[in-house]
Amino acid sequence: MSDDPADAGAAASRPGAVSNEGAGQSANAVPRQGAGPSGNAVPRQGGVPSEGAGQNENPVAEAAGVTKRFGATVALNDVGLRVAPGEAHALVGRNGAGKSTLVSILTGLTRPDHGRISFNGEAAPPVSDPNAWRRHVACVYQKSMIIPSLSVAENLYLNRQDLGGGGRISWRALRSRAADLLDTWGIDVDPRAEAGSLTVEQRQTLEIARALSFGARFIILDEPTAQLDGAGIERLFDRLRTLRDAGVAFLFISHHLQEVYELCQTVTVYRDARHVLTAPVAELGREALVEAMTGEATGLREIGSGAAPIDDAAREALTVDGLGVQGIYQDVSFRIRAGEVLGLAGAVGAGATALGETIVGLRRATAGTVSVDGRPVRPGSVPASLAAGIGFVPEDRHREGLVPLRSIAENMTLTVTQLLGRFGFVSAGARRDAARELMERLDVKAAGPDQPVSALSGGNQQKVVMGRALAGSPQVLVLLRPTAGVDVKSKESLLGTVATAASDGCAALIVSDELDDLRAADRVIVMFHGRVVGEFARGWDDRRMVAAIEGLSGEHDS
Amino acid sequence: MSTIVEEPVRTRPPAGRFTIRRLRDFSLIPVILLLLIVGFIVSPNFLTKDNMLAVLQQCTELSLLVLGEALILIAGRMDLSLESTIGVAPVLAVWLVLPAHGGRFNGLGTGLPGWTAIPLCLLIGAIIGAINGLVILKVRINAFILTLGMLIALRGLQVGVSGGNSIFELPSSFTYLGRTSWLGVPASVWICAALFAIAIVLLSWHRHGRALYAIGGNADASRAAGIRTDRLLLIVFITASTLAALAGILYVGHYGSISASQGDGWIFQVFAATVIGGVSLNGGRGSMFGALTGVVALQLILNVMNFAHVPPVWDQLLDGVIILAALIVSRFSSGEAQD
Repeated sequence: MSDDPADAGAAASRPGAVSNEGAGQSANAVPRQGAGPSGNAVPRQGGVPSEGAGQNENPVAEAAGVTKRFGATVALNDVGLRVAPGEAHALVGRNGAGKSTLVSILTGLTRPDHGRISFNGEAAPPVSDPNAWRRHVACVYQKSMIIPSLSVAENLYLNRQDLGGGGRISWRALRSRAADLLDTWGIDVDPRAEAGSLTVEQRQTLEIARALSFGARFIILDEPTAQLDGAGIERLFDRLRTLRDAGVAFLFISHHLQEVYELCQTVTVYRDARHVLTAPVAELGREALVEAMTGEATGLREIGSGAAPIDDAAREALTVDGLGVQGIYQDVSFRIRAGEVLGLAGAVGAGATALGETIVGLRRATAGTVSVDGRPVRPGSVPASLAAGIGFVPEDRHREGLVPLRSIAENMTLTVTQLLGRFGFVSAGARRDAARELMERLDVKAAGPDQPVSALSGGNQQKVVMGRALAGSPQVLVLLRPTAGVDVKSKESLLGTVATAASDGCAALIVSDELDDLRAADRVIVMFHGRVVGEFARGWDDRRMVAAIEGLSGEHDS
Repeated sequence: MSTIVEEPVRTRPPAGRFTIRRLRDFSLIPVILLLLIVGFIVSPNFLTKDNMLAVLQQCTELSLLVLGEALILIAGRMDLSLESTIGVAPVLAVWLVLPAHGGRFNGLGTGLPGWTAIPLCLLIGAIIGAINGLVILKVRINAFILTLGMLIALRGLQVGVSGGNSIFELPSSFTYLGRTSWLGVPASVWICAALFAIAIVLLSWHRHGRALYAIGGNADASRAAGIRTDRLLLIVFITASTLAALAGILYVGHYGSISASQGDGWIFQVFAATVIGGVSLNGGRGSMFGALTGVVALQLILNVMNFAHVPPVWDQLLDGVIILAALIVSRFSSGEAQD
């Protein structure tokens, strides 16, 4: 297979080069809920989930009867997956459903215990031959697989910089090759730039371009939208649709069901390491999909919709006056009353996250003040903010939220150690009790408070971070993108906790661009390019909200 | 990592980054020129052919350790035991070759001819590197702590075998490389120049050389790109230790004996020279040329201080202060925070 980028370009510019009619549109996809053996065409054991999806052509990728154990844990239990050429196939499931394991098996990083992987009808190459795998399948991981210290051009041709072979690298040829490839995919970056200086979106596009330049026509996207803002997601989807029309197949992994409906033709649901169902997206309602994922008939219920209106006489818990950080956002003022939940919406770069970080002391404001209960808070100091009664959930739980090897109890009480003993000593008993109470309040699923947080699922980790924010009984709760990368059930539970805290008299600020998060707020302020551009009362219209976040409207709506 | 950064979306990074990156490799050149000028002012005997060749020859042994360490650091690991390898490899090689009785230092009397001492020494270096690499990569032990253990153990092995004494009776083939001159320039300078040239070419223009930068920059991404990271790292560890053994051979030839404390405490100089030369301790960044200028700069400083009649008792303090100053300067000239 040639790794000439012109090759990839040629294929991409021929829309419909590979027929994808009827791919995944078959009617015999049967939900296989628990013990519901429907005597239908879908075999129960190690079956090919979606028969008929391009039966006359080989699936571009197929996993059949795959089982994988890690010690005592069964990560995958006899699951299957079949992706037709040119099909956008969604793989969804809650945290721990086995998606990541399947990805590492499909990309040749892990060998399955049982089962068979094939590409285009041929058995997969041995795990020891990574180059052979990459001609069949490429993966854009959730974690960036770009090497920040190397140039863009070198990243694109990593480990094959010698182009023609022979080991010697011609930098001039490499750069011009890279420039061509970047041009083909409409990526406007200098091939000589250091890859670490790219934006998240540029990096991701770079990874997709790299994947295609190997000649793979099957690409796995693991949560590609987690780090992107709305406009970035749109551009990504446009790009993916173009590729799909050109015959490239996708396996799309996402927590956002909306995106599955927008992009994909077929969806496969895993739950607890088992295959639950495979069905055309068009025939599967949202309720049914959530039900398949969670195993129970609940959708994302409207949180806080029944909340009592905020008493106008309630005291102002958080006052933000003329706050600004040079070059990021300017002149933002708002008040949150005790018991009120305020949403702060904004795309990446709008300044909403920076504003939240300023309030909690992670950034120092260059103008304006933050006051809690009328008392100004010393700017740029997290300890001062904590002492003033501000609890917060940082944006990136892995980087700022958790100490992975330490126990749940230690992580939850990290900010309140002074309450757990005298003279700086921490009583282990008091800590465990405090943690146990918080775990119950937040419904953390774990063996006990002594379990290390690294052993928890993403949703439960985020609950621990939330528990830490609540541990000091704060008057103000600031949450920065609190449900990023968290499954539906945990999301519901986390937002429910916020509503409960508010009804106990806490003022809450949710910084997010996810509509589900914002729906939990009593009112929503929208920022764009560092300025407040709109305010919405509860009951807003999705489209107008999205338009405001994307900077398409500036009117006030309240 | 790929966290969301709150900053205006930039479509094009500032122009000229690449040229700045290249210039970083040359950031010590002005320092070296400055040292030459200072030396010239301090003494008329400084800028002479003899003195310059002497400085270069003094650079050679350290520079080979720096070459090995830079390879390892660029690939994101470290090896402290190089400073023991430079001493223990020659001792073991000579021990295998020398007769069992008759001299002040008695060998094993294996009857191996004298010329095998050099290949044996290099082989011992390679074996030490292989042990380091295999334990770090297969048993998954932190490179710092493992090679610290190796440093102490190998030093102990050298003391045990040599009885804590310097060794003066050596096969003449063993000392040849360190004492001979080719075309008026010490052979060891030619050897080091050639090895650095090879390393520069491999690291700049060869796929596997570039792979070292990739591994040091992001090991997961390298693995995903099909780079055999473990195999390459093992090769790098073996190469570095073999270079240390070669440095030992040159050192022995240069001074005519295997000193009991050969290499003792060198690792600090090695790290100082490497980091001053712009190699990142976090992996993924740096160049061989930069590392070489680091060695030359350090040796020139020592030489200039010699000519300036700084009392030797103050050498260590000045040495340390200069290294600290150089690190702070290189921190800002490279623009990279070193947390």
